Amino acid sequence: MSAARLVTSPIDVAALTKEVAGDDRGAVTLFLGTVRNSNEGRPVDGIDYSAYEAMAIAEMNRIVDEARERFAGVAIALEHRIGALGVGDVSVAIACAHAHRSPALDANRYIIEELKKRVPIFKREHYLDGTSEWVAQTGGREEVPS
Amino acid sequence: MTVRVLLFASYADAVGQSELTLELADGAVVGDVVERVREMAGGRALPPSPLLALNAAYASSSTVVQRGDEVAIIPPVAGG
Repeated sequence: MSAARLVTSPIDVAALTKEVAGDDRGAVTLFLGTVRNSNEGRPVDGIDYSAYEAMAIAEMNRIVDEARERFAGVAIALEHRIGALGVGDVSVAIACAHAHRSPALDANRYIIEELKKRVPIFKREHYLDGTSEWVAQTGGREEVPS
Repeated sequence: MTVRVLLFASYADAVGQSELTLELADGAVVGDVVERVREMAGGRALPPSPLLALNAAYASSSTVVQRGDEVAIIPPVAGG
């Protein structure tokens, strides 16, 4: 099993954490990204996540490799969920473990920031007023003719 | 030569397809694929210089494509 996966069912956060924990690892960090109930003032009902799946998996694994090089000795597991998610659902989970806290914290930060910049995952937000839009990472929206 | 082209999210919606094949001249580059797609109905919704990938890795528009390659035109990413 590779360290980075795309999944379609709810992420098992406890299992992900267990995957990186170890008797010689005194620090485990866990980052969860969840679906927020609003974006730029608009009430959000849910998000459809989709991906260029083969590349998303490859790019997440490239980021994991980079993190392992930058933060030697860190153990990493990460999952991003795609499909229809509701408010509060976990869309991404990143678990990092190391003998000490600094590399575990820094690796986690590195991975989520790079993931947001580079991994070809897309989201369509559904709003409580019944409309929906593709959303870009910057918070800006793209207007697409319907 | 034939290459496979993938579109996603807003770009796929705009063009009305998520996957197509294009016939390109030998020596064509990734950027040529963008030009061709922008000439299609709805294609002007794509920016002139979008993010591009060749065989599942980011590539510049000047990268030469080979027969059977997979070119992806990638909208703004929004993972996390």
